[in-house]
Amino acid sequence: MNARRPSLSGSLLTLLLAWLVLYPILLVAREAAHADAIRAFVSRPEEWRALWASLWISVASVVLAAALGVPLAFLFERFEFPGRRLLGSLVALPAVLPPLVGVIAFLFLYGESGFAARAVQWVLGTTSAPWHLQGPGAILLVHAYSMYVYFYLFTRAGLAKLDVSMLEAAQALGAGRWRSLTRVTLPLLRPSLAGAAILTFMTALGSFSAPYIFGGGFRVMPTQIVNSKLNGDLPVAMVETIALALLALLGLALLRRTEGDDILVALGKGAAPRRRVLRSRTARLLAGAAGWLFAIFLLLPHLTLILVSLVPYATWTTEALPPVLNLDNYRRLLAEPDRLTPLVNSIWMAAVSTAGAVAIALGAGWLVVRSRVRLRRVIEGFLALPWALPGTVFAVALATAFSVSSPLTLRWVLVGTVAILPLAYLVRNLPVTGRAILAGFRQLDPALEEAAASLGAGRAATLRRVTLPLLQPALAAGASLAFVAALGDFVTSIVLYTYDTRPIAIEILSSLRLNEIGVAAAFGVVLMLVSAVVLWVGGRR
Amino acid sequence: MRLLAGFETPDAGRIVVEGEDVTAVPPARRRFGMVFQHYALFPHLDVGGNVAFGLPGGEKGDGARRVAEALERVDLAGFERRKVQELSGGQQQRVALARALAPEPRVLLLDEPLSNLDPTLRERTRHELRELIKRVGITTIFVTHEQEEAFDLGDRVALLSRGHLVQVGTADDLYERPASLFAATFVGRANVLRGAAARALGGRDGQVVVVRPEALALEGGGLSGVVRERRYTGAAAFFLIEGDLPGAERIEVLAAPQAAKVGDRVSLRALRVLTFPESEP
Repeated sequence: MNARRPSLSGSLLTLLLAWLVLYPILLVAREAAHADAIRAFVSRPEEWRALWASLWISVASVVLAAALGVPLAFLFERFEFPGRRLLGSLVALPAVLPPLVGVIAFLFLYGESGFAARAVQWVLGTTSAPWHLQGPGAILLVHAYSMYVYFYLFTRAGLAKLDVSMLEAAQALGAGRWRSLTRVTLPLLRPSLAGAAILTFMTALGSFSAPYIFGGGFRVMPTQIVNSKLNGDLPVAMVETIALALLALLGLALLRRTEGDDILVALGKGAAPRRRVLRSRTARLLAGAAGWLFAIFLLLPHLTLILVSLVPYATWTTEALPPVLNLDNYRRLLAEPDRLTPLVNSIWMAAVSTAGAVAIALGAGWLVVRSRVRLRRVIEGFLALPWALPGTVFAVALATAFSVSSPLTLRWVLVGTVAILPLAYLVRNLPVTGRAILAGFRQLDPALEEAAASLGAGRAATLRRVTLPLLQPALAAGASLAFVAALGDFVTSIVLYTYDTRPIAIEILSSLRLNEIGVAAAFGVVLMLVSAVVLWVGGRR
Repeated sequence: MRLLAGFETPDAGRIVVEGEDVTAVPPARRRFGMVFQHYALFPHLDVGGNVAFGLPGGEKGDGARRVAEALERVDLAGFERRKVQELSGGQQQRVALARALAPEPRVLLLDEPLSNLDPTLRERTRHELRELIKRVGITTIFVTHEQEEAFDLGDRVALLSRGHLVQVGTADDLYERPASLFAATFVGRANVLRGAAARALGGRDGQVVVVRPEALALEGGGLSGVVRERRYTGAAAFFLIEGDLPGAERIEVLAAPQAAKVGDRVSLRALRVLTFPESEP
């Protein structure tokens, strides 16, 4: 087509992305390059402890999530038992809990004054807390609960793609069940498992909510950075940010190498193995019971949240179960302007940032897939970069870049204004919208757009009448994921919010501090429901 | 085809329709109808929506009538509300044709429209297509790799090789009077002979001789050889002759089925030859 226009728009988009994604990080790197700050960072043992904690917590999260998710995927993909379909879809439930909401649900459920602890007290007849939900164990519990979903979904998808003839070939060559599992199935699943491991590792490394609420004195890098920043130790916070970014990139590079080629799986063409119907009564009962027990365990945090949200302020003290239940908290949510503000804030900021991210991703998708712009590799790389770096890194980077007024270097004071949070959400959501929309463009046959042009439709008409309607599933998927992520965001908000623009997650935190657990839970339920509805609408075909 | 439709810009040269230079006109304003190789029907629209796409008012008002007419012309009357995914390959092809014709284009471009159909359907569709093009009376450009299709459908056939136009003419022109050695060997079967073998069939020094299999007789000529294979096709048979001269090891002759047996010694006589200078590639 027209060769000059795309290269101009390509350069403009590349510049915009560089300014949003790369520039802030480079500014942090410049700020961090001070000998004093680096010396301070290196000489403090607590910095090394936090770095080490981040690393081992992330690795342990991967191991735990795999230990939970992989067997579960085999159970649901390979065996037939009563309730398999319903349970199989329930298993993905942790996905609709935004990180902070999941954490407070765990707090209400397994915390020292949570339902589990009260039940134990009631059984034993004591009044002292039987345990403290604190430190690395508590963090890992939350991580395992929320991140096994990656392993579960990836492994199931991998198993469904697996060609039954490969397993039959292994059996025909005399391999037993164990041998065909270790020599055939698992090697073929390697790309899926590696993909899940990468996703889990990156999520765990960037995880902020769990360490923030449950960490106590135990610090990982994201909490350490926010702490340094709040204490005003900015130079060291910059060095910490760069250290965390390097750790993330190093981990990503190492894990990528384990991924291998997808060719192994692509080779097979046949159908997936048929599910084995469990014949023995005991085996069926056992599988069914295990499945239902697990489903209840998964549903407990959601149920806890709903129950606590119905407890009015200061009516529940030492009883095992709350004595009064009503809709008081929800009424306060809607009636008190101070409580309504965060709700409104979160929704409009999520909507604006999602619209922006989708618009950029659309432009990038068109340039990367359709045009012959030389910069398309660069554009794709910029779109993916925010995914490779933890949320705290980006929050600090944006805070650094936009706290100075220097229009000549494209820096304005946005920190403290209403613009900074939507901008931060937008940047954070570029990878998810970008991936969805790029994939959509790649599946779109260019001949369809040419057909429209040959029938007299100009560029705008082709976009409106052909490209956008056909991209609609990809747009809906990308937009809904982005919206939900922005709506429940905590990690960037806590660095960048002001009182007037405080989002729901910050309000949950302050309600918790005031011991208004009912209100906090009510906010959590609202977030959970909106997320579920948006994801359901966005995922529909 | 993509140059004509306007999806690519030519490195050199111009595209002129009815005296108007359209080289720089974007595809949307060329008023060229195009049928794509895989049809490129819009999956999010039904048959009616696809056909109405190029009409200014869509399916409203006059559009509905024109959609019905276009579908009528391709024998798909009443198919407006069907989904394109539900149609067979042949029907999809006709919808694509109706869609291209509905806006009344100046030129109709067909990009290997038959290549996606199975052989029996292909032959029938080809006849229907020929009738339709005649009836509609729009200048049609048809791209194909199948020589038979080109000869059957084309009033004028253009032979292209590596971006160059080798020859334009009627099918007879291309077969009987090829403009170059390439055209002679590309169109139809041909025996290419050089040197002594060429001279044995009436060529002069420095000439390449091209003889069609049906232009050779199995007796009374200057080139002798042995029949190695006989491929019977019913009305006639192909004989593979191993000639005695270098460069004449595999000569194909089309003759009456009983003209010779495998192992017979024969001599070949050329009824008609095409000659080209040796220097040509």
